[in-house]
Amino acid sequence: MSSIETTLMFVKIAIVLMGLLLTVPIMLFVERRGSALMQNRLGPNRMGPFGLFQAACDVVKFIFKEDRAPGHVNRFYYTIAPWIAVIPAFMTFAVIPFAGSLQMDGFEAKFLIANLDVGVLYCFSIASLGVYGIIMAGWASNNKYSLLGSLRSSAQMISYELTLGLSIVGLMMVFQSVNLGEIAAAQGETLIQLGPIAVPKWGVFIQPLGFVLFLVSMFAETNRLPFDLPEGESELIAGYHLEYGSMRFALFMMAEFVNMAVASGLITTLFFGGWQLLPGMGFLATQVEQLGILPAGGWVQVLFQGLSFVMKVAFFMWFFVWVRWTLPRFRFDQLMNLGWKVLFPLGLVNVLVTGLLIYKGVL
Amino acid sequence: MLAQRKPSLLNRLYLIEVVRGLAITMKNFLFHKKVTLQFPEQRRDYSGRYRGQHYIKSVNGVENCTACMLCPTVCPAECIHIVAGEREDKEKYPIKFEIDSLRCCFCGMCEEACPKDAIKLSNIYEMSQKNRTVYEKDFLLEQRGNK
Repeated sequence: MSSIETTLMFVKIAIVLMGLLLTVPIMLFVERRGSALMQNRLGPNRMGPFGLFQAACDVVKFIFKEDRAPGHVNRFYYTIAPWIAVIPAFMTFAVIPFAGSLQMDGFEAKFLIANLDVGVLYCFSIASLGVYGIIMAGWASNNKYSLLGSLRSSAQMISYELTLGLSIVGLMMVFQSVNLGEIAAAQGETLIQLGPIAVPKWGVFIQPLGFVLFLVSMFAETNRLPFDLPEGESELIAGYHLEYGSMRFALFMMAEFVNMAVASGLITTLFFGGWQLLPGMGFLATQVEQLGILPAGGWVQVLFQGLSFVMKVAFFMWFFVWVRWTLPRFRFDQLMNLGWKVLFPLGLVNVLVTGLLIYKGVL
Repeated sequence: MLAQRKPSLLNRLYLIEVVRGLAITMKNFLFHKKVTLQFPEQRRDYSGRYRGQHYIKSVNGVENCTACMLCPTVCPAECIHIVAGEREDKEKYPIKFEIDSLRCCFCGMCEEACPKDAIKLSNIYEMSQKNRTVYEKDFLLEQRGNK
């Protein structure tokens, strides 16, 4: 590995880590003000322009709050549980490509941290580790509400992981790969030409049912509102993070937001073309390239690919917030019915239909 | 027993209803008038009959009160304490006039009972204090509100 390659690797890690850490205060702000505006309130608007510095205030408050643990907890697991929740959340983003590739002297620079051939499987295996943090937190808290919350969470996550895995089997069959970089690159092709508009071969166009299943089970996996049974304020107080305060609670919150970012990144990469340019971006990129402010050699393309990726991810992050303040929570039996009796069979049907279509040579 | 109505297939699919719900929240997010009142800058207009902080009406710096003791008599919370005295011109006046603001229930009976139009409840509703407060006579003589 040449030195420039090593440097690039560290730069990529720094970019992804910084980006993920930055989503937390941004999402804090978006969540608070977005929810307020949807409920016809104004929300926090005193700190800085439009209340933008409110997130900083929240963070400072979390840091300076007294960090105390109740006497009845299992101290060891209580302490490590937030970290076990937050670390897998960060790890998952390693295989998600945030821009295309660039031919540099001697090697091809790929803009994802780890170009794993088992990309999607890695994502799911690491994401399912996140549930251990929640179970540990619930058990170590030594509180019946916390335990109930974490039990629900584990049941929910295990049920929906099945659908999550099944929903993208069709996609893997079409693209003949589980490498996220290859899947994203393959989505640049044109599916059909509708007059002047070229419909790209995005996952959502070839697997619409798979997309809906994936989206719904992603909501369940990230414990966001239509499926936020582990928290369930009205019945479980706060669920697994009931006994947590100050920075430990903030870590759980961070895990939730980073999980949302990862989920959005996965949805974007699998179903919305990943770093493929948004319509209109290609024109903009050539214009900027002609201005000649930025170094030549494809860097402008990479920049705009990154921008497209960030915009797509941002939309889905917003979508998570949007859905949260629209839909009420499911009851536990409804959740299980939906998971096992509706989504799981639909996932199987999707795989079957996709297989038939591939056999017939349509896809 | 409740009538069991089976919703149509389209409704049971749930997805279309979800999209409609999302449209409603987006409409509220973008266009609906926000109901929040920006408190210190904007204030809600209360009725002129609102019963807030007390004051004793005075004319030319002399309080209207003649220490007739009607208000402590009528007060259900027994929060008014008056010590009566005599002025040079033999007129009765309160040497001490104290209202225990924590006992007061702001019923307005004192205002109704007062024959001299002296004790009044103003429109002021920001009355938070750092300690247990008894309103002294000097404090009550500040003319608050304009009833």
